[in-house]
Amino acid sequence: MIELIKQPWHWLAGGIMVGLTVPALLLLGNKKFGISSSLRDICAMCVPADIPFFKYEWKKKVWNLFFVAGILIGGFIANRFLQNPNYMVIAQKTQAILFQYGVKDFTGLMPADIFSWHNLLTLKGFIFFVIGGFLVGFGTRYAGGCTSGHSIMGLSNLQWPSLVATMAFMAGGFISANFLLPVIFKLIQ
Amino acid sequence: MKNIKYLVVGIFFGIVFVKAEIISWFRIQEMFQLTSFHMYGVIGTAVVVGMISVFLIKKFNIKTFSGEAITFEDKKFNKGQIIGGLIFGVGWAITGACPGPLFAQIGSGFGVVIITLLSAIAGTWVCGKVSHKIGPENE
Repeated sequence: MIELIKQPWHWLAGGIMVGLTVPALLLLGNKKFGISSSLRDICAMCVPADIPFFKYEWKKKVWNLFFVAGILIGGFIANRFLQNPNYMVIAQKTQAILFQYGVKDFTGLMPADIFSWHNLLTLKGFIFFVIGGFLVGFGTRYAGGCTSGHSIMGLSNLQWPSLVATMAFMAGGFISANFLLPVIFKLIQ
Repeated sequence: MKNIKYLVVGIFFGIVFVKAEIISWFRIQEMFQLTSFHMYGVIGTAVVVGMISVFLIKKFNIKTFSGEAITFEDKKFNKGQIIGGLIFGVGWAITGACPGPLFAQIGSGFGVVIITLLSAIAGTWVCGKVSHKIGPENE
């Protein structure tokens, strides 16, 4: 059994379990699945700076911080005890394209040639961590939600603005992955 | 403490994130290069399961375990969903993560992603700071 769990899970299993988070949170306490809100709560809690956008009762939303802390712990458990003994299987075509860009490490979930501490103070680190993270935080807040709040919770509740947001997420991602990343990789080489 | 149950759901969810490889930068690249069905399968299935769940909860007027009513709010459309959505999409392909996976990436040994998370918090803060000018959702 444990050997089976250690294998990468099929998208159907993953999708069902991610989807079940929606009713789990609703049934546990009428909570709406939406992770980017936790970033706003952290701002409201730590650096509200008298900004009206962060003046609300964040204490009522502390549950979300417990939730994301759990995600972090879950990531640790999965990596420590349930790690896939094999190399990651990546689509040939994507691997070839990324290799051309200069990515050399295809063994783990993330390429170690980008996501390592020794890149922190380089242009590579600045783009992939600092700029990338900033765009994720700014964009999700401006959009009023992320993949969880809009694409999963919003679509589950048949909200058309969430469909618009999801299409914008995908459009941004397509542009970024196919046109922007090639330029970025050239820049950092 | 009443919030512990959310921690438990989060732990479960974090394990799913890693084991279904949803936190993988490679899987995100595949999704946007249209070379693998994996992420479409995950998100599509999750939406269907979520939709059925919400439908059933509404249809049978199901309450929370403690007997509270379950409520739903409608999302209002605003331009932030398009502009912010595009901006997030660009960041998604660069970092290989939406906000949830950021936490799981840190937990699963990619410690440097803590910088990405801090920067995402900074991005959220800046969005809040200028929100009166650009007008994102403000509930």
